[in-house]
Amino acid sequence: MTPAGRGPLVAVRDLTVRFPTRHGVVEAVRGVSFRVERGQVVAIVGESGSGKSVTARGLVGLTGEGARVGAAELTFDGVDLRQVRGRAWRALRGRRVGFVLQDALGSLDPLRRVGAEVAEPLRAHRIVPGRQVDAEVVRLLGEAGIPAPESRARQYPHQLSGGLRQRALIASALAARPDLLIADEPTTALDATVQRQVLALLRERVDDGTAVLLISHDLGVVAEIADHVYVMKDGRFVEDGPAAAVLESPSHPYTKTLVGAVAWHGRAARPGRASPAGPEDVGPGNAGTAREVLRAEGLVKRYTLPGRGEFTAVEDVSVTVRAGETLGVVGESGSGKTTLGRLLMGLLEPDAGRVLLDGRPWDGLRGPARRAARRGVQMIYQHPLSSFDPRYTARQILEEPLRADRAPREERDRRVALLLEHVGLAPDVLDRRARELSGGQRQRLAIARALAPGPQVIVCDEPVSALDASIQAQVLDVLADVQERLGVAYVFVSHDLAVIRRLSHRVMVMKDGRVVESGEMEKVFDHPEHPYTKALIDAVPRFASRFRRVSRGAGVTGA
Amino acid sequence: MPRSLWPWTAVLVVLAVMAAVPSLFTGIDPDAADLNALLHPPSAGHWLGTDQNGRDLYARIVYGARPSLLIGTGAVLLALAAGVVIGVAAAQLGRVADQVLSRSLDVVLSVPGLLLVFLVVAVLGPGSGTAAVGLAVVSMPGFARVARSEVIRLRSAQYVEAAHGFGWSRAQVVARHVLPNAAGPVLALATVSLGAMIVASSSLSFVGLGPRPPTAEWGAMLSDSREFLALAWWPAVFPGVAITVAVLAVTFVGQHLNRRVEGRLS
Repeated sequence: MTPAGRGPLVAVRDLTVRFPTRHGVVEAVRGVSFRVERGQVVAIVGESGSGKSVTARGLVGLTGEGARVGAAELTFDGVDLRQVRGRAWRALRGRRVGFVLQDALGSLDPLRRVGAEVAEPLRAHRIVPGRQVDAEVVRLLGEAGIPAPESRARQYPHQLSGGLRQRALIASALAARPDLLIADEPTTALDATVQRQVLALLRERVDDGTAVLLISHDLGVVAEIADHVYVMKDGRFVEDGPAAAVLESPSHPYTKTLVGAVAWHGRAARPGRASPAGPEDVGPGNAGTAREVLRAEGLVKRYTLPGRGEFTAVEDVSVTVRAGETLGVVGESGSGKTTLGRLLMGLLEPDAGRVLLDGRPWDGLRGPARRAARRGVQMIYQHPLSSFDPRYTARQILEEPLRADRAPREERDRRVALLLEHVGLAPDVLDRRARELSGGQRQRLAIARALAPGPQVIVCDEPVSALDASIQAQVLDVLADVQERLGVAYVFVSHDLAVIRRLSHRVMVMKDGRVVESGEMEKVFDHPEHPYTKALIDAVPRFASRFRRVSRGAGVTGA
Repeated sequence: MPRSLWPWTAVLVVLAVMAAVPSLFTGIDPDAADLNALLHPPSAGHWLGTDQNGRDLYARIVYGARPSLLIGTGAVLLALAAGVVIGVAAAQLGRVADQVLSRSLDVVLSVPGLLLVFLVVAVLGPGSGTAAVGLAVVSMPGFARVARSEVIRLRSAQYVEAAHGFGWSRAQVVARHVLPNAAGPVLALATVSLGAMIVASSSLSFVGLGPRPPTAEWGAMLSDSREFLALAWWPAVFPGVAITVAVLAVTFVGQHLNRRVEGRLS
C-alpha cells in the first residue's frame, strides 16, 4: 500500500512531554523516537505509568493544558505537527487520525444514539453527501462486525454490551477513513472472545492500508497483531524491533520481566495443583480429610427491571467449597459471577435455594449469630481502594476486623504484624493511607484485611484484573502462599482464564446465570465438553501458545 | 491557609470574642440613654456616634454581636442535628419510613420559608430562641436531604459492605463509616447556611420577630435607624457593615475549610 517515494506516515524524533506540577516538573516522556509506516501496526507496550498513552497524545496535540511538548521531528504524512494550530488540528483529528480509547462507555456520548455518534465525523468532514450518511453509518457498523446494524444504530450506548460499544467506537473512529488509527488499550476492558473479534477487525483495516498505533500493556494483544514493537519504561524506549523478535527473544531485562510476567498465561503455574480433597494430594494447611466449608444449593436470584420484566442473575447454581481449595468461577461480564459471590457472603438473600457455611444455613441465622458467621466469609474486591474507608491508614484498615472481634491492643499489634508478613508487606506501609500505596500493595493490604477475621472462605471478585501483568503474578502468588499456610478456601471469580487456571483446583463455567460446566480444573481446561467452554478456551490459547514458546525461548519461568 | 484569608480569620476570632465577652471591647453600657446626645455623629467620645435614644452605637454593635450571631449559629446547629437524624432515619429505616419522612420534608419545603417562620414565632412568641427554632425548621429539610442521599450513597460503598463482613452491627457500621464519611457534604452545607442564617436572623429582628428591645441586635438597630435616615446615616451604616463583614468572614473561612476537608478525603 505504501506509495513509492513517500516517507513514513509518522516520524517522531526526540519527543518529550513534561507536566509542571506543584512538586516540580514531571517528565512523562523523555525523548522517544519512532516511525509508523502505512499499513503497519506499531505497538508501544509498557506497564501503567510508563508514558505510553502520553506519547500517543503528544503526537496529536492532545496532552492537555499545561503540558510542554518538545520534539526534534514530529511529522504526519510530511506535515510538521509542531507548526499545526487550532483549526488545522481539527482537520487532522477525526479526518486523518482516528482514536479508539479503552473505555468505550466513557468515549461515547450517553445521550446520543450510536448511529449519530458514527455519523458525526462523516458530517463534520463531509465524507459522504448528506443523503447517504445514514446508509454509510449502517455500512460502517456492519463492517465493524455489529450484527443488525440498522437497529443498533438507533440504540443508546448503555443498551449495547461492552464488546458492541467498543466496535461502535472503532466504527466511528474509522468512519472518516483515517490514515492512522490510534488505539489506546482498545481491548483491555473486553472479554476474551470479544477481544479476539475486535483485534480481527483492526487487522482487516490494516490490510486495507490503515496504519495503527497500538498502545497496550497486554503482550498477548500485541503478539496477535503488531508488526513492530517499542517497549517503554519510565518515559523511554528500552527496546524495539519486529514484534516476533522482541517478544520471543527479548534482550532488555525489562522486556524479559514483561514477557516473563505474561508467560504463565495459559498454563497451570503450579504443577500438580490437584484438589486438596483428592487422594493424591492433601495440602499442608488442611491435614486430614478436607471438609466442606461452604455449600450452596439451587441458588436463584432474580431482579425486577422497571418496565422490562424480570432478569435472572443466578439460576439454579449449586456450589461446594472444601477447606484449602480454590473454586474458580469463569464467565464473561454479565454471567452472574458477582451476584453469586454476594449470595455466598450472605450479603444478598437468594430467591430460592440456600447457602450453608460450615454446615449451618445463612437463613437460619439472625442478629449477632449472623454477624459472627459473616466473619467466616470475607471478600477481596477488584478495586481495593474503594473497599477501604478513605479516612483510614493501612494500620486502621487492618485493625478494624480485629477491633470488631474486641481483640486487646497487644493482640492487635501482634496479629497486624503477622498479617503483613503473610502478604509480604513492609511495616512502613502501616502509617500511610491506601491511596498512597501502589496497586499491588493495595491488593496485598486487601488480602491481609480479608484474612484478619480468620475466615474459612474468601470470595475474590476479579482481584487482579485491574493490575499490570507482573503485579498480577505477584498477587496471585501471595494468594497461593496464604492458602498453603492457612488452608483458607477461595471462590475465585474472574473472566480471565489464565488467572483462573493459575490458582484453581476446580472450575465452574457460568453463562447467563447458569453453570454450564464444572469439574476438576485440568479436566475442564483440557477436555471441555460444553460448546461455550470450548469457545472461551479457544479464544485464549492463541496468545498462550505463543507465550509458551516465548517463555521457553527466553528461559524465563512464570511461577 | 492562604495569606488572603488571614484578615477574615482574624475578623471571625474578634467577633467570637466580642460575642463571648463584650466588656473587653468597651466600658460603655449599650443600653444607657444619654438624652443630651441624641443622634450625635461619630466623635472621640462616641466612636460610631449615637442613636435616636442617645445610646453609644459602638457599644451597641459590640454587645449586639452575641444575639446577632447566636441566633444564626443556633439555627444552623438545630437544623443540622434534626436534619441528620431525620435523613439517616429515612435512609436506614426502610421504604415506608423513607416515604413518610421524605414526603413530610417536601411539605415543609413547599411552604414559603418566611410564612413558616412567622407561624413558629406566632405560636411560640417572639424572642431569640423562637427565632432560632423558626429558622431551623425552615432550613432543616436541606440538611435532611443531603444526609439521606449521602447515607444511601455510602450504604452501597464497598468499604461499608466489607465492614458488615467483619461482624459489626448495623448501628456500628453507620457510626464507624457512614456518618464520618457523610460529614463532609453535610458540614459544607452548614458553613454555607451559616452566612445565610445570620442574614435571615437579622431580617427577623428587623421586622420585630427577634430579641425584644432594648436588646442590642444588628438587625433591630437597622430597623430603628430607618425613621432617622434623613437626619443621620451612621445608625444605619455601622450595623449594616457589621452584618456584611460577619457574613463575609463566615463564608470565606467556611469555604476554605470545606476545600480542606474535600482535599483530605479525595
